[in-house]
Amino acid sequence: MDLIANLALGFETALSPVNLLYCFVGCLLGTLVGVLPGIGPTATIAMLLPITFSFAPVTALIMLAGIYYGAQYGGSTTAILINLPGESSSAVTAIDGYQMARRGEAGAALATAAIGSFFAGTVATFVLAVAAPPLAHAALSFGAPEYFSLIVLGLVASIALAHGSIVKALAMIVLGLLLGMVGQDIYTGTPRFTFGFFELYSGLNFVSVAVGVFGVAEILRNLETETTREVMVKKVSNLWLNREQFRRIVAPVLRGTGLGALLGVLPGGGHVLSSFAAYSIEKRLSRRPQDFGKGAIEGVAGPESANNAAAQTSFIPMLTLGIPAHPVMALMIGAFIIQGITPGPNVIKDEPALFWGIIVSMWVGNLMLVILNLPLIGLWVKLLTVPYRVLFPAIVVFASVGCYAIASNHFDVYAIAVFGLVGYVLVKLGCEPAPLLLGFVLGPLLEEHLRRAMILSRGDPMIFLNRPISATLLALAAIALVVAVLPSVRKKRDEVFVEED
Amino acid sequence: MGRAGLKDILAGLIFLGFAIAFGGAAAGYQLGTAFRMGPGYFPLLLAGALGVLGVAILVKGVTTAASDTPIGPVPWRGAILILAGLVYFGATIRGLGLVAAVFGAALLSALASRSNPALAALAIAAALTVLCVLVFHVGLGISVPLVGPWLRGVI
Repeated sequence: MDLIANLALGFETALSPVNLLYCFVGCLLGTLVGVLPGIGPTATIAMLLPITFSFAPVTALIMLAGIYYGAQYGGSTTAILINLPGESSSAVTAIDGYQMARRGEAGAALATAAIGSFFAGTVATFVLAVAAPPLAHAALSFGAPEYFSLIVLGLVASIALAHGSIVKALAMIVLGLLLGMVGQDIYTGTPRFTFGFFELYSGLNFVSVAVGVFGVAEILRNLETETTREVMVKKVSNLWLNREQFRRIVAPVLRGTGLGALLGVLPGGGHVLSSFAAYSIEKRLSRRPQDFGKGAIEGVAGPESANNAAAQTSFIPMLTLGIPAHPVMALMIGAFIIQGITPGPNVIKDEPALFWGIIVSMWVGNLMLVILNLPLIGLWVKLLTVPYRVLFPAIVVFASVGCYAIASNHFDVYAIAVFGLVGYVLVKLGCEPAPLLLGFVLGPLLEEHLRRAMILSRGDPMIFLNRPISATLLALAAIALVVAVLPSVRKKRDEVFVEED
Repeated sequence: MGRAGLKDILAGLIFLGFAIAFGGAAAGYQLGTAFRMGPGYFPLLLAGALGVLGVAILVKGVTTAASDTPIGPVPWRGAILILAGLVYFGATIRGLGLVAAVFGAALLSALASRSNPALAALAIAAALTVLCVLVFHVGLGISVPLVGPWLRGVI
């Protein structure tokens, strides 16, 4: 019965005129920027983050959540129409979605993505509402050692699921952790790694780091090969499914939703993994696997549902533990902190209206997206024709003004340049940028909990192994690391990710 | 040395460089003990870990001469102009104000693409300036002046 009362509170918050308006604005802006080719959800959110800071916390976070799933949705549209996924999680959608579009079935592909996403979003939001409170309750008993181990597990799991070299990913995490140390030490106030610049005392701005490694680095990547893309589909018609198509997507949507909801909770690339996994499952279960890659509607339905379900459930660790599952959630944590709220198990108790308002707004937002996207598809198609040479200066300028406006600190703009360069070089050398950002956000938390735990134990590191919950979490982290390095699993993992070629 | 393993060698050297820089600075702060850690303790630990990982990547690059994809072209002009745009923005936003800072940054970054001739870049910069003023000044009301103190006497 608690659940109903809580959801009622959520609806009350989410349906207030102001919140409804900004949920809509968020979805619209998110889709708008997400549709633009070459900008993924992380860069979109980092860029739009500053405009939410002047609102009340609930409104700001509702709008941000709207931007997030709007961006993700926009990314799928781009993937289907021009075969240019904004983010790895929609890379799979591009395989069959684009082939459908080439066959003149763009309308059906877009409708599949919309229906699958909406259904998955609805189910996953419910999962979130049911699973979050007990988890948050359990987390309330966590002390410093448990938190330390939990963060370690989160960081390790984030690389076990990603692709690429494990050692490089570990190095990126540690580099991120070190960058998170820049600024005044919380206990003694000693300025660290600031080179004497007062502007760095409060640390590096996480928006700058995110825009740098995800936005600017991506622009530089795109400038390597300046090619003009052809928008093949000028007009999308028939935005619905016939009975036969509808019948074909029911099972993939259900399977994708289940898979995504489950994998989304995992830290790291849960949403990416889920769409890849959903695609392989559909291909394996299909009676006509040879159709996959040539425009199989199941190949759009499964991954799209999975990645949307995962996007919703990835809020669970963030809202209940304060641990981000992926870079976008890391940005959300930053937004919480800027709004003066520490994300973690206390949010649900101290700010019930905020907590339940966000959850309900996700469902409202998903509904809005369906209503918004199907009629507005003509506008999105037009946006796809904006040439990249106009787009990227806009990204640079918006990112600069946005970052500067947060704290009127011009160092934040220099930081974008530095991290753009560092990010570009490292990505070019085969390192993934996501672990760096996660490490950066979690670094200060990790240090704080480590130091607290060591004070508790009077300097004995065995405290992490003597406490059962902490020991279990560390054991899980060790298992995740060993499993990821095992040659057989590595091969399997590469297979799953190779699917896109 | 062929290009095999070159990526790993470079990545390893970069991580090692960061490790030495951070480690060197961290060693200068009060370290404290495991019981009461000082500001330098945890960063020094991390820098040590990063150093070990850097060496591991380096060694892998030197020893394995297998399947390494080439690094590929580097857009020097683009990189320099975009970074210059960002630095220009940071350096002038307080002095020149929103209009001049946005215009210059947009112009520099628009020139980063070879498919933007000077005139097109000017047009893009002008359009983005108008857009930014509308969005950030009129729409969101951020507190950055349109015209900064350096220009007050001139205009």
